[in-house]
Amino acid sequence: MIRYIPLGIFALLVTLLYFGLGNDPRKIPSPLVGKPVPDFNLPQLYDDKKTVKPDDLLGKVWVLNVWASWCVSCRAEHAVLTQFIKDNQLTVLGLNYKDERPDAKAWLAQFGNPYAVIAVDLDGRVGIDWGVYGVPESFIIDKKGIIRYKFTGPIDQKAVVDILKPMVDQLRAEEA
Amino acid sequence: MKIFYSILISLSFLLATVGQAGIEVRKFANPEQEALYDQMMYELRCLVCQNENLAASNAELAQDLRDEVYMMITEKNLGEVEIKDFLVKRYGDFVLYKPPMKKSTVLLWAGPFLLLLLGFIILFFVLRHNRQQPISNLDKRKRAEMKKLLDTDNKEN
Repeated sequence: MIRYIPLGIFALLVTLLYFGLGNDPRKIPSPLVGKPVPDFNLPQLYDDKKTVKPDDLLGKVWVLNVWASWCVSCRAEHAVLTQFIKDNQLTVLGLNYKDERPDAKAWLAQFGNPYAVIAVDLDGRVGIDWGVYGVPESFIIDKKGIIRYKFTGPIDQKAVVDILKPMVDQLRAEEA
Repeated sequence: MKIFYSILISLSFLLATVGQAGIEVRKFANPEQEALYDQMMYELRCLVCQNENLAASNAELAQDLRDEVYMMITEKNLGEVEIKDFLVKRYGDFVLYKPPMKKSTVLLWAGPFLLLLLGFIILFFVLRHNRQQPISNLDKRKRAEMKKLLDTDNKEN
């Protein structure tokens, strides 16, 4: 009996490591989930005299999508994100993170602009408040202005079907 | 002697570069602030290159966070607890190189000691098991002889 103990420990370790391999070390759970959105008041991309703040969107389910023209993965998720927005009539605030205005505009002109409004975070200070560490990132916010989900990395079709769409539907069903 | 000094001087140059934190040149009002800044640079993790601290990382986010920490120290005059709290609220415990003791990290802190304990338990059972092992290649007469030898040995002690 006793001679099987090391074997047992070995098997346990192998299982542990096996499941560890499936984890993505880049996905760090955000402490902001369940908390009210960090406030900001940023100039808009297409009209820098106008600003946008999270409270403008209070009362509806919306998404904050962090993107930049220099971000390759943003390009990868753009088509999926655009379709997701169109299919669900979703309000998405684009947070243009540490980008140059002309570059951002050129990027949108080339790939299309799915955003309801775009806030310009030139120096990345708002990004720090939102705990942004890898673009693209997407936050789903409920009607009360609470962050309910954070998706790090490029959104793919699987993420839309498995996570994002059910989440949006669920939050829309909730009371404001 | 000359060679000795020149070697010593070159070595001191080596040392000077080893201890440097961050890339930017920073000015501080007092040595306490500088010490705090250096400490923060070593204790906070860069979230982009996850196995580097803020002092070592070249990532743009690390640079921004260095600026942020510098600003918190020099302009807002914040202490260690407040700075860490600020970053943990935004990035989670992951930003700390040394995770705090709480419910979700109990296994992390206690794990090594539990494993050590497990090792002792196994050792205990293995040793007991070995002691009880019967010696099979002895017949009755030899066994009695051995027992007698052991007994006399014990008495002598």
